[in-house]
Amino acid sequence: MNKTKSSSMITNLPYIVWSIIFIIAPLIMVAYYAFTDRDANFTLSNIKLLWSGHYPEIFGISILFAVIATAVCFIISYPLALVMVKSSNKVQRNVMLLVMVPMWMNFLIRTYSWRNILSDNGIINTFLESIGIGKLELTGTAGAVIFGMVYNFLPYMILPIYSVMSKLDVKYVEAAEDLGATKIQVLLRVIFPLSLPGVISGITMVFVPSVSTFYISQKLGEGKFMLIGDSIELQFQQANNYNLGASLSLVLMVLIIISMLIMNKFSDDEGAVII
Amino acid sequence: MKITSKLYMALVMIFLYAPIVVMIIFSFNSGKSTAVFTGFSTKWYAELANDSATLEALKNTIVLAICSSVISVIIGTVAAIGIYKLKMKWLKTTILSVTNIPMINPEIVTGVSMMLLFVFIGKLVNVQDVLGFNTLLIAHITFNLPYVILSVLPVLKQTDPHIPEAAQDLGCTPVQAFFKVTLPSIRPGIITGFLMAFTLSLDDFIISYFSSGPEFQTLPIKIFSMTKKHVKPDLYALSTLIFVAILVLLLIINFSQSKAENKNKRNMKG
Amino acid sequence: MKKDIIIDLRNISVSFDDQPILKSINLYIRDREFITFLGPSGCGKTTTLRIIAGFLKPDSGEVIFDDKNINDVPPHKRPVNTIFQRYALFPHLNVYENIAFGLQLRKIPKNEIRETVSEMLALVNLKGFEHRNINSLSGGQQQRVAIARALAVKPRVLLLDEPLGALDLKLRKDMQVELKNIQQRMGITFIYVTHDQEEALSMSDTIVVMDNGVIQQIGTPTDIYNEPKNAFVADFIGESNILDGIMRKDFLVEFAGIKFKCVDSGFGENTPVDVVIRPEDVDVVPFEEGMLCGEVTSVTFKGVHYEIIVDIKGFKWMIQSTDYQKVGDKIGISIKPDEIHIMKKSEYSGMFGDYSSYSDEFDELSDVDADMTEEEGDDE
Repeated sequence: MNKTKSSSMITNLPYIVWSIIFIIAPLIMVAYYAFTDRDANFTLSNIKLLWSGHYPEIFGISILFAVIATAVCFIISYPLALVMVKSSNKVQRNVMLLVMVPMWMNFLIRTYSWRNILSDNGIINTFLESIGIGKLELTGTAGAVIFGMVYNFLPYMILPIYSVMSKLDVKYVEAAEDLGATKIQVLLRVIFPLSLPGVISGITMVFVPSVSTFYISQKLGEGKFMLIGDSIELQFQQANNYNLGASLSLVLMVLIIISMLIMNKFSDDEGAVII
Repeated sequence: MKITSKLYMALVMIFLYAPIVVMIIFSFNSGKSTAVFTGFSTKWYAELANDSATLEALKNTIVLAICSSVISVIIGTVAAIGIYKLKMKWLKTTILSVTNIPMINPEIVTGVSMMLLFVFIGKLVNVQDVLGFNTLLIAHITFNLPYVILSVLPVLKQTDPHIPEAAQDLGCTPVQAFFKVTLPSIRPGIITGFLMAFTLSLDDFIISYFSSGPEFQTLPIKIFSMTKKHVKPDLYALSTLIFVAILVLLLIINFSQSKAENKNKRNMKG
Repeated sequence: MKKDIIIDLRNISVSFDDQPILKSINLYIRDREFITFLGPSGCGKTTTLRIIAGFLKPDSGEVIFDDKNINDVPPHKRPVNTIFQRYALFPHLNVYENIAFGLQLRKIPKNEIRETVSEMLALVNLKGFEHRNINSLSGGQQQRVAIARALAVKPRVLLLDEPLGALDLKLRKDMQVELKNIQQRMGITFIYVTHDQEEALSMSDTIVVMDNGVIQQIGTPTDIYNEPKNAFVADFIGESNILDGIMRKDFLVEFAGIKFKCVDSGFGENTPVDVVIRPEDVDVVPFEEGMLCGEVTSVTFKGVHYEIIVDIKGFKWMIQSTDYQKVGDKIGISIKPDEIHIMKKSEYSGMFGDYSSYSDEFDELSDVDADMTEEEGDDE
């Protein structure tokens, strides 16, 4: 017994040490910088600053955009997953592959490419002008930023919903139909509740990167919309105010933990959110 | 129903691939614009071949991806075996929860927190430019590790727990049993973990952006700085090449998987 | 000490987390015999096997192999091999490589390995399967590969840990015969662990009945069946009616309110005892001719016979008879003196023997349960 205990400690120890130094300690660092000033004295001013000026607005817009983007992703993904599971195995495998390939492409390039398509001199506006409709303002709008989020994070919604749905036993549907449920009742009362774990992990996987993104808003929003991610990047890469940046990160983390707890309330299966 | 569902799938695919198609087309543009196509040319590819800074970034990215994925596969596999064997429940849950942190946390927070740690340590030991290859490597290993552990752990759970004992029973020392039997029997999980770690590392921008210094640039960071200025089609040419490389890699993986499946099916019948 | 003893366990005790699993086990095993450890889940049978294999060290006691203490010999140096519950075949190796595994470790020349492997494949009827993938084999075939793999290294003793547990009934019966044949052909010792009494009775030379970390009885299958030492053994092996009785004097026992002649003696006068009567030993006679009389409460057709439950003075007897009786019939029963078996009172007295809550399905369900918990209980 003692021998197996010590041997399992030997295999665990390197990773435990690594996690403490490079996962736990960095988070402590965030808190440390958030509550100190440049001279390493304790202060609450960094946190207090976030309740003043344009910061409440930044947080508000970030959450609003992320919520809308997550909702749009869901609206696109759920029917897609439904349609997919009803197709042949070959179609399913190919569509999965097609959904995943763009994920391996650098998101900076894909986002930039959209900017080209949507910009004032882009393909769409060039086309619209040539047929006499005239240019539309497509980039630099709230819609463009949300569009960018949806585009970048859509696969993260499709994949979990599809994978849960593809494992659903057809017998449940048949049983429900056998008991007299209409197609819509089957969808609402059988398929949807059973696919909920996938939906919840999809929501988390889209919401978290959306609420914290910084590149999409700069390129597609043309800098007109400051999001939490943008202000963190600003503090670390340009303003060099690590303390303020850390306090922004800390609040972002707390925000995400709270939203995860709320999501967890909706699902009994905690594992689903963690995926 | 059939036609509408096909149409719907097609629409989503158009949405996903539009920017990629545009990118590929404009990489062959003879003009400087990334919006107006003026004629076919491969000159941007030729220019790319002579762009030493980009090639350097490409080399850096690959070196970093190989190093970080190899190291994280070693640490991660050992950790997964340790976690699997661990009897103390509270410790097991704690380790697994901590493992999940880098996957749940927004990338920007992971990046910023690592940067703060490195800067803090740098201050302690009085090193000015602490951010560089080493910090980047540590950051990549850290975000790769959960993916390796979570690919190896399920395979471990599926394999017969008596397999190492069976090896010892047949004459292996415990160390031989580990290398001859335990490790090979979880090979599928290790390979998946390695591939995930490798591709994540290749593609990562946000965490690298915060934990790297000016003297070691990876391709995504290089691309970021390129998109800050006016973009020429050479960036598109580069991206097209990456896209083709990824596509080929995925097709090879897919092909070898379906080949293995077929082989198994044949064996079942025979 | 006798010459032909190969393994001797002396005062073996083991506990996990302060829970005693084996309580001072003493047991010797003869060379070339087929010995079975039989008992319910958690009785310590698998633990005993793992101690012999060397995967587990006893807290106290000695493991003697060929007159030498092997307590500190690691598993890979012991001349015993194990067939694991789910076979533990190496998934990354094919059939040939699995069987050759132990031989390659012993640095045996390639052509010799090839010879032995094909010999072993012939032994287990798997000729031509050399290059098959392990995962493409059926359960029965995997079982055969596991046997071939263990026997290829020519062990003195083969340990089998519920090897047939995962197979279906028909295959199980076939494999029982085959295992017995293999044991006789190879001429080596088989130590077999099972919770299936039928398997134990049909295959073994010697059966060791265990419960609660204690050996309840050691003997040949006929001994164990005909002369169970206590109520636990009587109940676990076969069906039995177990009644409270009093030994009035030698060759006279009283139970169910009546004195019966019997063939046992030496218990002392007026000693409380347990009386065992096997259901097939009870004769059904007309009501008025019965030594004991009662009412039939249930009848189940079992193919070769009917299983009849009779309520006699509140005690439910099980009787196996080829004659059909109707529920509600009043019948008499008669028992011959040599069919009454007397046992000393034990901690198990009064726990078994009445068929008032008897049901077939219940029995099978609890069997499945036993299979599942066995793993967890004995595995550490």
